[in-house]
Amino acid sequence: MSDLPKRLIDVRQHVLSKNDHLAHGLRQRFDQAGVRVFNLLSSPGAGKTRLLEETLRRLGDRYRVAALVGDLATDNDARRLARSGAAVRQIETGGLCHLEADLVARHLEGWNLADFDFLFIENVGNLVCPTSYDLGEHGRVVLMAVTEGEDKPLKYPGTFRWADLVLISKIDLAEAAEFDAAAARASITSVHPNATIIATSARTGAGLDEWLAWLEMRTP
Amino acid sequence: MHELSIAMNLVQIAEEAARKAGASQVTVLYLRVGALSAIVPEALRFGFEIVTDGTMLAGARLEIEEVPVRIFCEHCAAEADLPNPQIFCCPTCQRPTGHMVQGRELELTSLEVT
Repeated sequence: MSDLPKRLIDVRQHVLSKNDHLAHGLRQRFDQAGVRVFNLLSSPGAGKTRLLEETLRRLGDRYRVAALVGDLATDNDARRLARSGAAVRQIETGGLCHLEADLVARHLEGWNLADFDFLFIENVGNLVCPTSYDLGEHGRVVLMAVTEGEDKPLKYPGTFRWADLVLISKIDLAEAAEFDAAAARASITSVHPNATIIATSARTGAGLDEWLAWLEMRTP
Repeated sequence: MHELSIAMNLVQIAEEAARKAGASQVTVLYLRVGALSAIVPEALRFGFEIVTDGTMLAGARLEIEEVPVRIFCEHCAAEADLPNPQIFCCPTCQRPTGHMVQGRELELTSLEVT
């Protein structure tokens, strides 16, 4: 080590300020284009893609819908979602465990955002990392499947705390999974007392009307 | 494990600030990390060591101040630290509260440089 005099310099900067700045710019673009954007978060296998498939199909009758789908690798999900007729693009993160505003911006290139009413961003299946990254969305939707255990929100308070909506997915499997709905609600409201919660099944359609109504209430 | 990307952001901000101040080396980074920031300090230290190799931050120490979750309780009209970030209840009156005033920080507060 050198014996040069040491001094302290003030920085006071949010470590993710670059991402926040980009996200802020994205949100302005989304607002100008009149598209509402939702960031979907969950652990792998909670049913984000299945729910999105059904959401795109049902909303597609009345609205212009699009989706960006984040995955570590493969474009299987994008191909699956494209069958709904919606505009879909895959973001392969190449191992990155979350989406960042910059990745989203790059994958929007060539799209005219004013052509869409809704844009869904399916984040990488992960309940930890994506929570730190603002993508410019208007709403953050966190899914937990009935097969995951009622205490998931207590294990990932940092993610559930910031959910604008918590969707309990695969509710059709509740009985087989011995899912305790009251306990699940209690753990969600423990970390997020004012949480809005909807129980859904993309397979049977349970709760989907309520979910679509929640989305439509958020159109400009 | 997004601490590696966080560490890279950290290096970028610190290098820029240090250069602007005319420093040649960064010796200590002072960070504030909230209990609900979704950052694991140990993982951050590990990532930090990897990404600082060969930079002006090489060998620098990370001083992490862990910031507890603090809520504002409307009933008590007072702020209080949560003993457990999994339970958003006022520790004084036990009523649920969603009003969080700190605990999500991920801030580089200052640098010690030479």
